[in-house]
Amino acid sequence: MTAGVFLVLSAFLASAVEMVEALTIVLASGIARGWRSSLIGMAAAVLALAVIVAALGPALTVVPLNALRLVVGGLLLTFGLQWLRKAILRASGFKALHDEDAIFAKELEEARTAERLERGGVDWYGFTLSFKGVLLEGLEVAFIVITFGSTQGSIPLAAVGAAAALVLVAGVGVAVRAPLARVPENTLKFAVGVMLTTFGIFWSTEGAGGSWPGSDAALFGVLAFVIALSALFVAVLRRVKRERLVAAGARA
Amino acid sequence: MRYVVSFGRFWWDFVVGDDWRAAAGVVLAIGATAALAAGGIAVWWTMPLAVALLLFVSLRRASR
Repeated sequence: MTAGVFLVLSAFLASAVEMVEALTIVLASGIARGWRSSLIGMAAAVLALAVIVAALGPALTVVPLNALRLVVGGLLLTFGLQWLRKAILRASGFKALHDEDAIFAKELEEARTAERLERGGVDWYGFTLSFKGVLLEGLEVAFIVITFGSTQGSIPLAAVGAAAALVLVAGVGVAVRAPLARVPENTLKFAVGVMLTTFGIFWSTEGAGGSWPGSDAALFGVLAFVIALSALFVAVLRRVKRERLVAAGARA
Repeated sequence: MRYVVSFGRFWWDFVVGDDWRAAAGVVLAIGATAALAAGGIAVWWTMPLAVALLLFVSLRRASR
């Protein structure tokens, strides 16, 4: 039950973050190059992702569970540490915040100035931009859904979380037709980093032959540890940043 | 050849990211955990400790 809730929530959050980024690219492509090419590119990418998930999902279910947890736990941990590291650096002012408005403006400018090359009534640049954006962001979603789902023995449950994110982000995207700049993306990314790292610690330990006191309930303990650790690093780095600014001000 | 290189680079960025030391540290930590577990030692504490150390080192480098 505990792991199931974590599973749906993690798949939902991670998918929502990636889909917000994909939406920004599709919108920039649609506005600058025409909606037809952009939507065909998006549909082609969704199809490619469905093929990848359909091929890899069942294949992973035949791998022994402990081996799967070891590999997936390790991958999630390297993945989670990347997210967490960036989120901590953003929260403490060492890295610029992710700004969907700025990314949208940049994508739009590039798309508007690119040369037009039409094949079969489809603008090739608009198609490729949309296809690549959705495929690359979607691959991360597919990776999370497949690995989380297969390790917990329930790909459909992980897919429910991802599908809920898709409905929400696509629904809001169609309604506002603008990048979802108001989504607290940096906070969401922090949450995803925490979730990925938590699952990574939990599964890699089990995969390596260890066991947790309290079994699945230990996930809460690992989660609390990762949150506390991240908060500590943010607090320390904020202090370092403040001290450096004061020192730079004193020198000026 | 160009496609093979960009395909490899994509997967490297995707999995390893911009700090390969952290990824290598994860592999070492898992190996150490497996070795201790095989020796009959309780290992629930090793990966949390490894994550704290790896994050500390990685953040220290990034914030210099």
